[in-house]
Amino acid sequence: MDTAAQPVVEIQSLKKVFHVGFWGRRVTAVDGLSLEVLRGEVFGFLGPNGAGKTTTIKMLMGLIYPSSGTATLFGQSIGDPAAKAKVGFLPESPYFYDYLSSREFLRFYGHLFGLWGTALERRIEELLELVGMTHARDLQLRKFSKGMLQRVGIAQALINDPELIILDEPMSGLDPIGRKEVRDLILRLKESEKTVMFSSHILHDAELLCDRVAMIMKGKLVACGLVSDLVGQNATQSVEMVVEKLGPESLEHLRPFTEKILLQGNQTLLVLKDQHHVRQALDLVRVAKGDLVSLTPHRSSLEDLFIRKAAGLEPRLQEAA
Amino acid sequence: MKVWSIAFNTFRENLRDKLLYNLLIFALLMIGSSLILMRLTLGEFHRLILDIGLGSINFFGVLIAIFIGIGLVSKEIEKKTIYTIISKPVARFQFLLGKYLGLSVTLLINTAIMTAGLLAVLYLQEVPVHGVLFKALGMIMVEFMVITAVALLFSTFSSATLSAIFTLAVYVIGHLTPDLKAFGQKMDGLSQTVLEGMYYVLPNLERFNLKGHVTHQLDVPVSDLLIITAYGITYTAFLLLLASVIFQRRDFR
Repeated sequence: MDTAAQPVVEIQSLKKVFHVGFWGRRVTAVDGLSLEVLRGEVFGFLGPNGAGKTTTIKMLMGLIYPSSGTATLFGQSIGDPAAKAKVGFLPESPYFYDYLSSREFLRFYGHLFGLWGTALERRIEELLELVGMTHARDLQLRKFSKGMLQRVGIAQALINDPELIILDEPMSGLDPIGRKEVRDLILRLKESEKTVMFSSHILHDAELLCDRVAMIMKGKLVACGLVSDLVGQNATQSVEMVVEKLGPESLEHLRPFTEKILLQGNQTLLVLKDQHHVRQALDLVRVAKGDLVSLTPHRSSLEDLFIRKAAGLEPRLQEAA
Repeated sequence: MKVWSIAFNTFRENLRDKLLYNLLIFALLMIGSSLILMRLTLGEFHRLILDIGLGSINFFGVLIAIFIGIGLVSKEIEKKTIYTIISKPVARFQFLLGKYLGLSVTLLINTAIMTAGLLAVLYLQEVPVHGVLFKALGMIMVEFMVITAVALLFSTFSSATLSAIFTLAVYVIGHLTPDLKAFGQKMDGLSQTVLEGMYYVLPNLERFNLKGHVTHQLDVPVSDLLIITAYGITYTAFLLLLASVIFQRRDFR
């Protein structure tokens, strides 16, 4: 069998029902979720807060038992130590043993994978270098900032040189520089042919990084596929055009093609209904001897898709209730 | 190997916990205080020192076992540090066993330090030291092992505060189990069954108490010690097994 095509993560109709409160009210956190993560891809697991992302990831890591359905990592059922040995995991807003220094911390996690001695020490130095924490190698974690914790957290997830790296909200709570560093790191992992699955509610990051994404809402899968396909499917693109020195008459000529016209000083912002009108609008501007300042196509983003799906899901859920 | 790594990490965690030092200092102060209390007593100095000394070692050791023991697992869950451990190729029972062994090592070292304090006081007062003292200390250590296992068991399914209350209750009742049985025999019907049931289920901690033997210099045969130790170990093993079964089924939310 071709190993390249074999899914690294395979989830089939996974369901988790929690019993909350004194009366054990049933809350379905993940509802019949099925998806696959393929070898070597960066897979984004998206959804708003409380959609069931963390619950799904915890089930994959053996922290929570599914109510029904199955999931496998490398073809082995979840919770199997042999599968866990090939996985690196960073939990959401990680909490670590704050009485340890970064080196002691990484050494401890190395031991849990059965790594010892000089090979482990070398690996620790490499990882501290990779996440840019060599300067704090002997500092206790209690003195770390959130960004620093996230970095040693990532180092911890890579200690066993895993084939699959699962990151739960790796970018949350980080400043723009920190987020860029995490993005770069994920890309570097992809270059070294690792499989990365990360959850996020920040769609921009996913759009920049992911080969494929899955979007879940209220525990259900609402979209899954290549980012380009998902965005392309629903591409209603608008174009923003900024022009100068345009008389009021010529604006009237342009009005049929536009959605919106905004006057800002001697500049005019025109939002064109779609890209097919660009040429006609440009011709009109040229005839009226106006100057074109900028022309910006607005591609439909994952964010738009996300909002549309959320809006589409809302009424259906209300009906169901 | 993984169990020992977790045990070592737990031991290190204990060493960096201020609570441990506070309790240890108080224990040493208590043991030392017998030097002052002696002046208030008429005769029987030796018994007083031994009584206060062994009592302090027992009391503070139990406090350490309970107050660190209850946090062993519940703190890991509350602080979410457990996520990174259970997601590694570590079985859940290995984690529990590691935590347990780590605290046991801490308690062993603490008992050794407190014993050194007691021996220093005994030496200063020129009190003769008999072998039975060390036998009693050994049994105190076995009691710590049982108490730690009780604390660990509660901490696998309840919060730190509740675990502390439960464990303290087990400790107090555990020293009164013979009374439970005697009391039960005076009752009838359901009350008798309940009290006798408690007598058999709860640990009989009074079995580990050899302080009377020490103060009265009565030796205890080795065969008795073996039976008591076997009882302690069996009880501990049972508690740890129960804790693993509960812990294995838990969801970490």
